[in-house]
This record gives sequence, structure tokens and C-alpha cells, in this order.
Amino acid sequence: MADVRYVKATRIYPGTHSPAVDALDLHIQDGEFMVLVGPSGSGKTTALRMLAGLEEVDAGNVLIGGRDVTDLPPKDRDVSMVFQNYALYPYLTVAANIAFPLRMRGVKKSIRDQRVREVAKLLGLEDYLERKPGQLSGGQRQRVAMGRAIIRLPSVFLMDEPLSNLDAKLRVQMRADIAALQADFGVTTVYVTHDQAEAMTLGHRVAVLHEGKLQQCGPPRGLYERPANIFVAGFIGSPAMNLCTLPASNGNVSFGGVDVPVPTGSSNGSYVLGVRPESLEVATEGISAHVEVVEDVGADAFVFCSAEVGGQAMRLVARAEARRAPQQGDRVSLRPRAEEAHFFDPASGERLDRR
Amino acid sequence: MSLNTSVDAGAAALAAPVIDRTRAKRKAARRRRGLVLLFMSPWIVGFSVFFGYPIVYSAYLSFTHYDLLSAPRWIGTANYRYLFHDDPLVWPAVRNSLWIIAIGVPCQVVAAFGIAAMVARARAGVGLFRTIFYLPALAPPVVATLAFVYLLNPATGPVNLALSHLGINGPLWFQSPQWSKPSLVLLSMWQVGNTMIIFLAAILDVPKPLYESAQLDGDGAFQRLRWVTLPTISPVILFSVVIGVIYGLQYFTQAYVAANVASGQASQAGDQTVNNYGYPEGSTLFYPVLLYQQGFRYFNMGYASALSILLLGVAFVVTLLIILNSRRWVHYAGAERG
Repeated sequence: MADVRYVKATRIYPGTHSPAVDALDLHIQDGEFMVLVGPSGSGKTTALRMLAGLEEVDAGNVLIGGRDVTDLPPKDRDVSMVFQNYALYPYLTVAANIAFPLRMRGVKKSIRDQRVREVAKLLGLEDYLERKPGQLSGGQRQRVAMGRAIIRLPSVFLMDEPLSNLDAKLRVQMRADIAALQADFGVTTVYVTHDQAEAMTLGHRVAVLHEGKLQQCGPPRGLYERPANIFVAGFIGSPAMNLCTLPASNGNVSFGGVDVPVPTGSSNGSYVLGVRPESLEVATEGISAHVEVVEDVGADAFVFCSAEVGGQAMRLVARAEARRAPQQGDRVSLRPRAEEAHFFDPASGERLDRR
Repeated sequence: MSLNTSVDAGAAALAAPVIDRTRAKRKAARRRRGLVLLFMSPWIVGFSVFFGYPIVYSAYLSFTHYDLLSAPRWIGTANYRYLFHDDPLVWPAVRNSLWIIAIGVPCQVVAAFGIAAMVARARAGVGLFRTIFYLPALAPPVVATLAFVYLLNPATGPVNLALSHLGINGPLWFQSPQWSKPSLVLLSMWQVGNTMIIFLAAILDVPKPLYESAQLDGDGAFQRLRWVTLPTISPVILFSVVIGVIYGLQYFTQAYVAANVASGQASQAGDQTVNNYGYPEGSTLFYPVLLYQQGFRYFNMGYASALSILLLGVAFVVTLLIILNSRRWVHYAGAERG
């Protein structure tokens, strides 16, 4: 058990100028489940690999349990990792794959076998121990990879998009399994994903990365309710938050006939107003919009509309009750709930708080 | 009753088209077989003329006395009895062949793998190194052998010259019964280019995450080799061992040329009156050399055929044994063997 600390950790790939991970400062508590999330190329996997020792750290430090591991080889960091494609040894049986980390550390065979049995029982793999990975389904392989990671109870678990090769249903199930497993063992876990649903459901805290920089780190709810900048606002939440740039007058911006008071202490000018789909109602009055697509997701329906806001054409997404949702081609009025709106500085993209 | 009749009538009406359909299906299958045979015919003809017929005919000749001048005369198993019981050269030749296989093949495989592993790690100039190590494979065996006999000439060759500068008294190489076979092994290791290229492709093909995963658990070079590289490329190792063994069983050109040249008879290689096969002291008399000697020097075609049929059988059995044994240590990616 240990905490993890990135101190201005930077990685610049040879032959490139912009850092893949740029002065990352992040403190992961002992026993915490930290999710690194971001779009492709955001540096989340690089950050994880820096922690594993599979990627050099060009500047700054990485600490595990207070110990500076920046220059230690991977095997001396006491971390274990689940790879995206599992990286199982195809020529070894499931039992041998799971036992591999112990074997490399010279653990006696009798102890190894016993530990393998325990882990296999925990993961429901008892019946597959003599099989080769090629004879397993995707979900079973994933569990073998998990087994190999937990067998020696490392200080830190690292997971690099471990569920991305599974089908949707299995992914949801494995997500719950991983969360339960992590809670059982209480091992500090760093989990990389581009899937915000995974990030929101798994993480105690979520760190959002973009272009190598940490955008925001906090509990999932905090990220959703108080995104720190335009990027986080647009990235967290599905469908994404509606963002439009509007001029302010008399301390308000006008959106669909609703006056939304701008943050105090800010000058008159323009603001980026953010409204989540669930904060945008299909109402009798408001912004006139043309329904382009209706996505029925069961209880709710997302209504994708084209509209004109502040003189510019844009697309807005509203959430409606599925049974009462408008039809494609309808004309509707959209009305924001003013108290749930977010404001951002159009120049810096930073959040502006209303008090 | 009326119901039954109508059912029967219906069945009869159905039966006719069913028969038609089976007939049409059979016809289509026949046509498909014909087409397959047609497309395969170039290979079938080639195989029959150049492999099938000669093998069958050799098998027949092996039971005859045949000197190329008079018609083959049936002598039953006399050739085989002579082969197994009387010919004093067969067992030395078998021993020499076994030696070149047992020592030569591992040396070649290790050399090919070692060079490939080094080239794979090169950070720059991979293409250059690859070319340098591959080039010798392009040299025709006769030329390469001539060059080696020259290089390893005990008195005037540059190798012994260099050794003497280091204060080492170089061996007699191709002139000595102890060193002639090791010299040939050196020659074969110099020509591992083809195998090296296959190894290189296999090594570069090992999935990187396997190495990374191993790195988290311990990252000694030996561990990487033992647990990741070797198991992953095991099919290529099997391939090169099988090819190497078959090649070793047929080992002829280099031995023949080296013996001829080394015995100082290069200029009279065509002179059939001098026996330099296996020079020095029969140390390079490999089984195929003996076969050649019997067939094309003594014109004992019947006996030579018996020798070649035995070689064919041994090659077949040995290859089969290697492949059967390989199931324990060769892993095929994607294949789901037990």
C-alpha cells in the first residue's frame, strides 16, 4: 500500500517538441482509485507508463510511497499492470500466466500453486487453469490479466484501458467486478480510460488530461457539477454540454428569453454559457429550434436540434422524457434552467463562478 | 382414405424434383472436381515426372544390379544386405553425417538467432547490418567453399597468418581429419543469412507488451529470452531445425568441393582416377558423398539407389520425429493446440 505522487513529471518523446505529458502534478492517496481520462493523445497512457517505469521521465519526479522511483527499473517499483490487450503469454497456461510474477521472484512452487488457486477462485477461473489464453473468451482473458496483476499484491495497480476490448455488456459487468476487487484489496489503483462512463463509475477521483496537461482532478460528481474549464465541461457528460458564446448586458446573458445572471465581479462582455442537456427543457417558449434527431435511450430521449443562438447557428441537445419527446422534424422551444447554467471565460476557457 | 391418397400424391410430386436436384448436385460436384484437377495439373505433372517417377524407379533399381550399360538385373535384397552388413564405408559416412547434423545445425541456429537478435537491437543502420550479414548467403556454395579453403589454407591462408601474429599456431583446417568438419561448420555459419532473415522477422514480430509485462516482474536479459522471445519465435526455431537437418542429411556440395580442393587436386577435379572423396582420411565422407561415389564414380546405380532410398526413409522419419517432439515446445499463435 502506498500513495503515488507525480511532481512536475514531464515526458517529451524523442523527435517531438510538445510534451506528451507536461509538468503533471498529481497526488494519489493510499488506497485510492484514480482514473486518468482524456481523449486520444491526451497523455493519459504515457502518464501511466511513466509510473510503471516503461516510459522515461524527462523532467520532474514520480514517487511511490514517498520513495522516488523516477530512475528505478519497472521491477523495483512494486507495481503491476493490466495491459489493454492483456499481454498474456500465449504459450503458457492460465495457471502459469497468473503465477508468472511469483515465479520471476523465485517463490516456491507449492506457495505459488496455492496462491494461484486462491486468485483463480476469486476471479472464477478455477475451471480454466490448464487452458491456454487462446482458448478463452475476451472476458476470461481479461480476468487472467487481472489475476496476474493481483497475485503478488503490489503497492499500486495500473490498468491501461483494460475493458476496451470487451463488448458493452461484459464491460459493464467487469467494471463492477473491478470496483469490488479494488475495494476488497484497498490497493492504490491508477486506471486509464477514454470512456467517461468508466471514469465516472469507477474513480474515487478522476483526473482529466488534455494535450498532456492536467485539466481538473476531483470526485466524479464534482467534475460533472463544477467543470473547471470549457474542455472538461465538454468532455465530461454524455451527450456533451451545450456551449455557446453570448454577450452580456445589465449583468445578464439572454438565452432563449431567459435572463441568466452572469458571475459577479465580472465585466460586461461576452461569456461562454454552458447548459447540460438535462438543464435544457422542451417548453412552450424559449429558443425556437428544429428537431434533427431524437435518440431514445429508454427512460429518456436526447433531442438534437439546430437553432440560432445569439445570431449564430448551432446545435443544441436537450433531454426529454422519452414518452413525451418531440419527433424528428418538429419545431420546438428550448428553455434553460438558469440556476443550473455554467459560465466560462471565452479567452482563457476557465470557469467563472457565480456566488 | 382420401386424405392418405392426397398425401401420397403430394409426396410423389415432391419426389421428382428431389431426384432432379440430387442429380444436378452430383453433376456440379463432378464438374468442380474436374476444374480442381485441371488447375492442379501443372503441379501434378511436374511432381509425377520429376519426383514420383524417379522415387519409384529408384526403389525398383535398389533391388537390381545396374551399371548404366546393361539392363538392370534383379538381385533381390542383396544391395541392402551389403549396405547394412558388408560395406565398410557406410557407418563412417553415417557417423560423419550425424556429426555435421548434431554439431552443425545447432551452431547454425544459434548463429542465425544471435545475429538476428543483435541486428534487431541495432538503433541505426539496421538495413546495412542486415545486408552485410545476409550477403554471404548469396555466394554460390562452390565459390564460398573455394574461398574458405583459401582463407583457411594452413600455410598461406590469412586466418592462420593472423593467428600466428597472435602467437597461436593455427590448425590444419581442411587438411586435418580433426578440423575438416569444424571448418565446414564455420563455412555453414558464415552462410546463415537466409535463416537469420527469418529469425529477424520473427524477433521483430514479438508483441512489445509481452516484454513490458515481463519487465514489471523482472527484466534480466536471460529472463526476457527464456520467457518471451524464445517461446514466441519457437515455430521459426522448429522450421530452421527441420530445414537444417534435412540439409545436413543431403550435405554434399561443400564437402565434395572442399575435399577436392584441399587435397590439392583442384586442377584435376575431373580426373576420376584419383580418389579424394572424404579427404582427409575419410573425415568428410558424408553419406551423400558416398552415394555419389557409388553411383557416379563406380556406376553401381543399383547400390546407390539403395543408399538413396535409405536416406529418404531416414529423412522422413527424422523430420517426423522432430515435428512430433515439437508439439511440446512450439507454440503457434492463434492455433489452439492442447
